[in-house]
Amino acid sequence: MSSNGEPQILRHSVAERMAHWVVAIVFIFLFLSGLALFHPIFFWISALFGGGPFMRWLHPLVGVLLGVVFYWYAAGLARDNRWLPADAAWKRNMWAYMRQEYHPSDTHKYNAGQKLMYWSMVPIIGVLLLSGLALWQPWFAPHLSPTVRRIAGLLHAISAFVMFVGIGVHVYAAYWTRGSITAMVRGTVSQRWARFHHPAWYQEITGKRP
Amino acid sequence: MALQSLDVKNRSATNFEGPSARSTLEVAKLIDVSRCIGCKACQAACMEWNDLRAPVGSNQGFYTNPPDLDDQTWTLMRFYEENIEGSLQWLILKDGCLHCTDPGCLKACPSPGAIVQYSNGIVDFHQEQCIGCGYCVSGCPFNVPRIRKEDSKAYKCTLCSDRVSVGLEPACVKTCPTGAIHFGSKEEMVFQAQGRLADLADRGFKNAAVYDPKGVGGTHVVFVLPHGDKPELYGLPRAPSVSPLVSLWRSGFARTVGVITMVGVAIAGVLHYMRHGPLEVPDEKKEA
Repeated sequence: MSSNGEPQILRHSVAERMAHWVVAIVFIFLFLSGLALFHPIFFWISALFGGGPFMRWLHPLVGVLLGVVFYWYAAGLARDNRWLPADAAWKRNMWAYMRQEYHPSDTHKYNAGQKLMYWSMVPIIGVLLLSGLALWQPWFAPHLSPTVRRIAGLLHAISAFVMFVGIGVHVYAAYWTRGSITAMVRGTVSQRWARFHHPAWYQEITGKRP
Repeated sequence: MALQSLDVKNRSATNFEGPSARSTLEVAKLIDVSRCIGCKACQAACMEWNDLRAPVGSNQGFYTNPPDLDDQTWTLMRFYEENIEGSLQWLILKDGCLHCTDPGCLKACPSPGAIVQYSNGIVDFHQEQCIGCGYCVSGCPFNVPRIRKEDSKAYKCTLCSDRVSVGLEPACVKTCPTGAIHFGSKEEMVFQAQGRLADLADRGFKNAAVYDPKGVGGTHVVFVLPHGDKPELYGLPRAPSVSPLVSLWRSGFARTVGVITMVGVAIAGVLHYMRHGPLEVPDEKKEA
């Protein structure tokens, strides 16, 4: 029950919320420390994380943590993120949706935009993880050829860039869609919220017609 | 770490130009492979002057010892047995940093000031700034830098920047008993190297050549190679250059595009919110 007494629906379990915020916090660290190594004008950020050598040591360890928690979390979300025929309409009307001129009435637990985010992060984080392992001193990098390490460096930077843009859109979309952030913090959404944003999911959970 | 900061021309992970009020004479070390007898005195002198000692290894079945460059071995005599035109030849190369004009290590390094290039051409590692990422290793077209396991710092030949800064020649040059290694201005060393080619041609080395690869803007260690048409025989790449992968990865273009797009995402969010406001659940009263 929320403060105004509206009936609530559980949208994200405690375990999912914890995984989400671990990934979020860890991403912020990885992004900022990676940025410090990507462009000299951001190297000062390394001071926030104990200086260059310590940050360089910590970054890959935290990267592995992100990989483990993210894929555990993502595995649980895969079912609800299957691409459905109805998602094509959302994708076609994406810009209209963003202008609030289009709002489909058959959305399941995740809309097509969320699914696109999901299916872009799943491979991108895989690329980051593998290229990151290849760059990791002193564990893996010394055993790989210079060419492999050069490709890894480039792929790591490109995929980190794509991930930042993706996560940027994700964060803004969550802020823009009122109620999402509360849902990811406390776990619940109001029935009205569910009925408006995810009518098909609302029907599945409550058995009521949206 | 020995030359003055006034003489630092380029500095890793630094966006601004180095000081240019003065410029020191561009120097080079000339290694005349045709005069080298493989005595390893240069290798010993390097250890002696720089106070380095690699742990005693084991026999690997060849004369090169230790088997590879490492954090304690900044120059290494490499020995190759080659069958050239029907005769066995023992090729010897004094391996180590070539001090490129366009250094891939410096380009790849993310830590400000961990790698510097002096106006005299010497490329030096400043270990106190090194963060141990190993990017210099993948940046180098010659596979020279080595990361020390115990401290995660990169090491390589300094061209005895400490000695050069006070007007002395590098330790390896001073010790060479056959005069195979020379030190002086880059111009003079290249001139001297060119002069050797005629002598070598007279002795039958028709393909002798000067190794001063243009792909890295020339180097400040120059070789005279008797079999100059086949530098691979000596373990040297034929046409070394900083890998395009490294150049693209570390280019100002890629970095700028990256940063501008990231800022762009933030601005786009603000503008979208101003224009279209939040996506809220419609008021039920209005709906009805």
